Amino acid sequence: MTTAKSTQTKSTEQALGLKEGPATRDAFGEALRELGRTNAKIVVVDGDVSNSTRTEYFAKDFPERFFNMGIAESNLVSVASGLAAAGKTPVAASFAVFLLCNAYDQIRMGVAFPKLDVKLVGSHSGISIGEDGPSQMAIEDLALATSFPNFTVIVPADAPSTKAATRAMFEYEGPVYLRTGRPKTAIIYANDGTNGSTEEIPFEIGKANQLREGNAVTIIACGIMVAMALEAAHTLSQNGIEARVLDMHTIKPLDNEAVERAARETGAIVTAEEHLITGGLGDAVARLVAMRQPVPIQFVGVNDTYAESGEAQALLKKYGLTASNIVDAAKQVIARKS
Amino acid sequence: MTTANLDQLRERAQFIRTETVRLIEIAKSGHYTSVFSAAEILSTLYYHTMSISSDPKWVDRDRLILSKGHCAVGVYPILADKGYFPTAWLDNYARIGSPLGDHPDMRKVPGIDFSSGSLGHGLSIGLGMAMGLKQQKSPGRAFVLLGDGELNEGQIWEAAQAAAHFQAGNLIAIVDRNGMGLDARTEETMRIEPLADKWTAFNWQVHECDGHNLSELVNTFDNLPSNSDKPQVVIAHTIKGKGVKYMENSRLWHLGYLHGADAQATIEEIIHYEHA
Repeated sequence: MTTAKSTQTKSTEQALGLKEGPATRDAFGEALRELGRTNAKIVVVDGDVSNSTRTEYFAKDFPERFFNMGIAESNLVSVASGLAAAGKTPVAASFAVFLLCNAYDQIRMGVAFPKLDVKLVGSHSGISIGEDGPSQMAIEDLALATSFPNFTVIVPADAPSTKAATRAMFEYEGPVYLRTGRPKTAIIYANDGTNGSTEEIPFEIGKANQLREGNAVTIIACGIMVAMALEAAHTLSQNGIEARVLDMHTIKPLDNEAVERAARETGAIVTAEEHLITGGLGDAVARLVAMRQPVPIQFVGVNDTYAESGEAQALLKKYGLTASNIVDAAKQVIARKS
Repeated sequence: MTTANLDQLRERAQFIRTETVRLIEIAKSGHYTSVFSAAEILSTLYYHTMSISSDPKWVDRDRLILSKGHCAVGVYPILADKGYFPTAWLDNYARIGSPLGDHPDMRKVPGIDFSSGSLGHGLSIGLGMAMGLKQQKSPGRAFVLLGDGELNEGQIWEAAQAAAHFQAGNLIAIVDRNGMGLDARTEETMRIEPLADKWTAFNWQVHECDGHNLSELVNTFDNLPSNSDKPQVVIAHTIKGKGVKYMENSRLWHLGYLHGADAQATIEEIIHYEHA
């Protein structure tokens, strides 16, 4: 394993006091191990990447409930379906790109259609995995996962909220896709002195967390883009523009009420996601806004291209996924307000 | 196994075929020949081999996954006969609002152990069930009915490899070896032979029998080892369309619709068919 690098820029730390934390995959792995102690129904199937998805923590403590299925994602997902049908609560884990792309038909037929209690966990999402390159980068996974009826799709922003999301995922009965990332990630939910305990993190599936109030524009972000949204809001504020920031950790079901309120109260929206700008958070927000409260929207994300190998920070910059890109998008969308 | 029981299994196989013709007339479209090749297999499993009860959700029951989901029309009459749902459901088969579709839905049909319809998934599903049952120390077994054409799917062999690795002795695959796919004979479209050698190479225990000979089927299933660390496969040699002469080994009746006098004549032929 190479050491994962942080996606956080120096300016984020300086501006907001956000501290670098573990990768969301690490937090998932730890939470899964903790839950394994109290929930005997949890079993895990992994595709020979448990040291990357971090299901290895669970495997170490509960070897009899861990099945390494080898490099065969289609079989892995269907086996998880069979385990669920036999009364277990299986986690099916692999790299997000292989889980969703290789096993799409198996997820459709064996998880989504029968609405089974299978938890899909895809790590190494987005382009911030860096040097491994575009073949390993899931930038279509949210489009694929949200395409399924009956599915819940969660993209946590940092390590503490990933732990909360993992707990929430098991409290909910039904198909879930949880997206985790490789790099160390800025801590958002424990830096204000009041949320020191992970237990206190507000996390309700389908309910956005408003991290900052503002009336000029709303930045709706998920995953690692939430920290960048906060940084962008800080920069905008220095220019006299107050932006609302929503951590939209659940892409499906979308928090319709929060999005509609943002459109009504701020009149302009920027979405930010480490994913193609089609098929993910941006599309979901745009669809809702178009129906309920039409306002201008700008989209920050990967724009109809595959990325390349490189250092994570440099990739995020090259492909337009930085706080500065969000600032630009915010200014553009405000200019389009009628 | 007594002769009387074999007679009952023969009668139930005939019932599966005649009901299939009746139900497809209601739906106006359906898979005749894929049911007919599996009629004796289904009869043996449901009326002799599988440990099932009046409760379709009994946790320790044997499961059957219809990996070749298009044979569901032949299974619904059995499930109704078992009392899992009202026989009146059959009269609305595959019409809008009916729980009974061309392919089976576990959420709608009591007694259907898993939803299917995309070929190649069933063996993995069965493996997952077998692993789950084994873990909770249940005596339940997972049976998987596979079409031979779907053995072209790579996932079948992913599952075969994994089942042997995890020593899933409570997983039983049944290959309905009727030799025909939709377009042509399996060996013309995509050769799957030498089939027994392949399963053996994947470290499965292989059994072969005449899939229309009830005595052979009964013996084969009766003699499956109860505590093996090897998954078991039964290659049942069958005839696509078996039981209706004009359908046997014909590719024209994979999907079809018989109505009125034609349907009635076919039912008559099934009833009077001389089985070897």
